[in-house]
Amino acid sequence: MLAAQVLVNAAVLGCLYACIAIGFSLVWGVLNVINLIHGSLIVLGAYLAWGLYQWIGVLPWYVLVVAAPLFFAIGYLLQRLLLNKVITAPVLVTLTLTFGLDLILNNAMIYFFKADYRKLTLVPSLGSISLGGVVVPVDRVIATAFALVLTGLLYLLLRRSRVGRAVVAVRLDHDAAVLMGVDVKSIYAIAFGLGAALAGCAGVLMALIFPISPLTSSAYLGKAFVVCVLGGLGSVSGALVGGLALALVEGVGAVVVGPSYATTLSFLLLIVFLIVRPQGLLGRKGFE
Amino acid sequence: MTRSSIALAVLLAVLALLPLVGGAYALRLGTIACMYAVFALSWNIVGGFLGYPSFATAAFFGFGAYATGVLMTLGVPLPLALVATLITCLLAASVLGAVLLRLRGHYFAIASLSLVEVLREVVNNATDLTGGGMGLNIPLASNSSVLGDALFFFYAMWIVLALTAAMVIAVSASKLGFGLACIRQNETAANMVGLNTTLYKSIAFGLSACFVGVAGGIYAAWVHYIDPSDVFDILYSVKPIVMALIGGLGSPLGVVCGALVYLGLEEVVWRNYIQIHSGLLGLLVVLLLLFLPHGLVSLRTRLFRRKAGHA
Repeated sequence: MLAAQVLVNAAVLGCLYACIAIGFSLVWGVLNVINLIHGSLIVLGAYLAWGLYQWIGVLPWYVLVVAAPLFFAIGYLLQRLLLNKVITAPVLVTLTLTFGLDLILNNAMIYFFKADYRKLTLVPSLGSISLGGVVVPVDRVIATAFALVLTGLLYLLLRRSRVGRAVVAVRLDHDAAVLMGVDVKSIYAIAFGLGAALAGCAGVLMALIFPISPLTSSAYLGKAFVVCVLGGLGSVSGALVGGLALALVEGVGAVVVGPSYATTLSFLLLIVFLIVRPQGLLGRKGFE
Repeated sequence: MTRSSIALAVLLAVLALLPLVGGAYALRLGTIACMYAVFALSWNIVGGFLGYPSFATAAFFGFGAYATGVLMTLGVPLPLALVATLITCLLAASVLGAVLLRLRGHYFAIASLSLVEVLREVVNNATDLTGGGMGLNIPLASNSSVLGDALFFFYAMWIVLALTAAMVIAVSASKLGFGLACIRQNETAANMVGLNTTLYKSIAFGLSACFVGVAGGIYAAWVHYIDPSDVFDILYSVKPIVMALIGGLGSPLGVVCGALVYLGLEEVVWRNYIQIHSGLLGLLVVLLLLFLPHGLVSLRTRLFRRKAGHA
């Protein structure tokens, strides 16, 4: 019974991890930028959901409609105005720039919202489903469903729409995309905007489940990174597989060695993967 | 010795004269200045010479602080504890470097970043040895007066800085430094012409760690109390990068100047706007990267060129 519960928990958590990671993976894959502000954007999304529920009682899943365009605009402008200026510089520069932006956003959140942990508690509570001894809270099921919907939407967007094809083209071969007349700078801004929108939406969903505090941003960022490495960069299915794999390892690890070693465990997994299979579970070699 | 090495030596000598003019506050600032300069110089070996974006400084700082702290609570005298810390840091970082520096670019940056988180978690969980989240009280190293204590720790930190500077200058003039520059420019090619890149990177990582560890040890003995979230603060990893960016990547004199300028800025911000100091640090980073990506060193040539253009 414990095994079944661990598996179900891992499946639920894995979908949420995937949702956290796809935006990060998209930006990394297309722009070759490690977006360190991703974690803080997730937390900002969570505050948006929390604030709207507290003030006017909007349920978090309706907040998604507001969060997506709002965060897209934030991301688009960040890329247009700041990141595009240094996009060709070495890794250290882009990485440090997003770190600086993260410091600013995180400090602003601590300043305005305080570092206290808050929890979005739905009234009345949605309760939980019990199926043959395996218990799953309903809010988690809803969050997971929306996480899958978001992931599916991104997949469709990249597959079917003209802009999506352009984003994939820039990722596959930057120079060839330029020759085909793709406006790379604006595709960069769109990709970063999409990444930010996904971060914001993921944050809205996280607010349903986890406590909210600016201090949690680095944990989200760490998860996103490990998921990307496990699943392979820049592909939607890769993020899904990576998320499930990480959640499974964490769940089993928590039972075997105890939950206080979660970070150490995922770090060891990360190092092993980077050395043994740097392209990830689903990644193809030479595809970066 | 090149001209910039001599300038660096002169700068350090001037710094050593600080106790003649300043009181306890100046000594405290001087000690932190030496500590920051050690960070910046050490980071420069991996970040500047080797060109790998390392975020591991906080890991070594915390590791050193805890190594010395634990040894001192076991009754080992400070100097001996520091030497032990130096050797442990050098060996541990060399082994880690051989593994971590196989990763490149983003992967290495994040792996070094997570090293900090992992060490913090390990220290937090090893409650028996380190006191875990309750922190570790460290016995007093000397029984002298407040000012005597301040003087002692200032010179201790200054000696570490002098050793680090000597090491960096020696490395940059040696075959090792040349090899590191080769790896930075083209690692594959360096490997092809017979350079043992793994060995070189491993040594570089070890050297960039050992003095940071010792500085951490002195810091621990200086403040008498450390806890994981204090010494494994990720900002310790970022500050040296900012200092190097202020001063100019790769030049030892530049990064030491960067450390001093940064400390000045930090002290002003910290004293006046404590609630938003990390946001202001972020703003500084963003502005530097956008407008002065090659540091203060580049300012001189830029101004000079502009003047020449006018003439």
